[in-house]
Amino acid sequence: MARCASLRFLPPGQTGIVSGLVAEGLVRRRLLDLGFVPGTVIRALRRSPLGDPTAYGVRGSTIALRGADADRVMIEPGY
Amino acid sequence: MGPSPHPRDAGYPVVALAGNPNTGKSTLFNALTGLRQHTGNWPGKTVLLAQGVARHRGVNYTIVDLPGVYSLLAGSVDERVASDYLCLQRPDVVVVVMDATCLERNLNLALQVLEVTDKVVLCVNLIDEARHRGIELDTRALAAGLGVPAVGAVARAGHGLGEVMDAVAGLCTGAIATSPRRVIYEPEIEEALRRLEPRVAKRLPPGAAARWLAVRALCGDLTVLEMLTTPATSHAGVREVSLATPAINVAAGLPVSGRGGAGGSAGP
Repeated sequence: MARCASLRFLPPGQTGIVSGLVAEGLVRRRLLDLGFVPGTVIRALRRSPLGDPTAYGVRGSTIALRGADADRVMIEPGY
Repeated sequence: MGPSPHPRDAGYPVVALAGNPNTGKSTLFNALTGLRQHTGNWPGKTVLLAQGVARHRGVNYTIVDLPGVYSLLAGSVDERVASDYLCLQRPDVVVVVMDATCLERNLNLALQVLEVTDKVVLCVNLIDEARHRGIELDTRALAAGLGVPAVGAVARAGHGLGEVMDAVAGLCTGAIATSPRRVIYEPEIEEALRRLEPRVAKRLPPGAAARWLAVRALCGDLTVLEMLTTPATSHAGVREVSLATPAINVAAGLPVSGRGGAGGSAGP
């Protein structure tokens, strides 16, 4: 069974695939609108110097997410 | 119709500019309107939107610059402003300004705009930047796929603007007909919309985008829900939403919370 963890734990340089969102309402909507749709490949790009936010490559765009938002994105590790 | 226009601008077709943040939308607005700009509020609202007049082939158009947003599902103030403007003010044409370097993300808003109106022109901006990164855009395929005109542009350099305005003019006169690609939701959601839409439409001036406002209601947009519960009418609109919500949660794979009068999509 594939390990599932939150996006927060994806190290820079690695990819994961969105398996689900732990969010409802407007927070969920915002994550979906930014491209964190189940099945999407996400690449962690770089962490800002203070550790938060982190830049992610999503569907051709670069999106910065704070840890609290990254916590809500469940991913399976990509290979 | 449209925002409170400058007296001399009354009667011009209204063209709204929509798009994600940082797509060069304001550059396009400035290029089209030059010095003929002012800010104004629109009836009943306190938000100021930049407006100007563009003249193309002897015809004047009022151009309204909407806030840059990722979505028309009201979350932030900007999204609500953009969404309300399109749903209630009903501009004659909407130009969706898209960033050629990340087209996929820009398609989210474009598809939502197409749920509100058929009169859409896609302006694929920053094509020079895309080319620089090795990305070639096939605007013909984009137009064919979405069923509306698509024009490549470099707003900063003034490239493509004439073509954008030609498409706008064609939509205004009816010379260009569009057949926009429709988003169809899961059956449970479509059924909920089918029941909610007439109740929303009843509360609004004729011509308002009832379907999209119904979508917003189902997404929990309080401003739309408030509109449905003013004492003058029955509470049937809110009842429809609460009946629909368990069905929506099932369709979306979310846990079903026991809310409203039914545990499923029961009849009225």
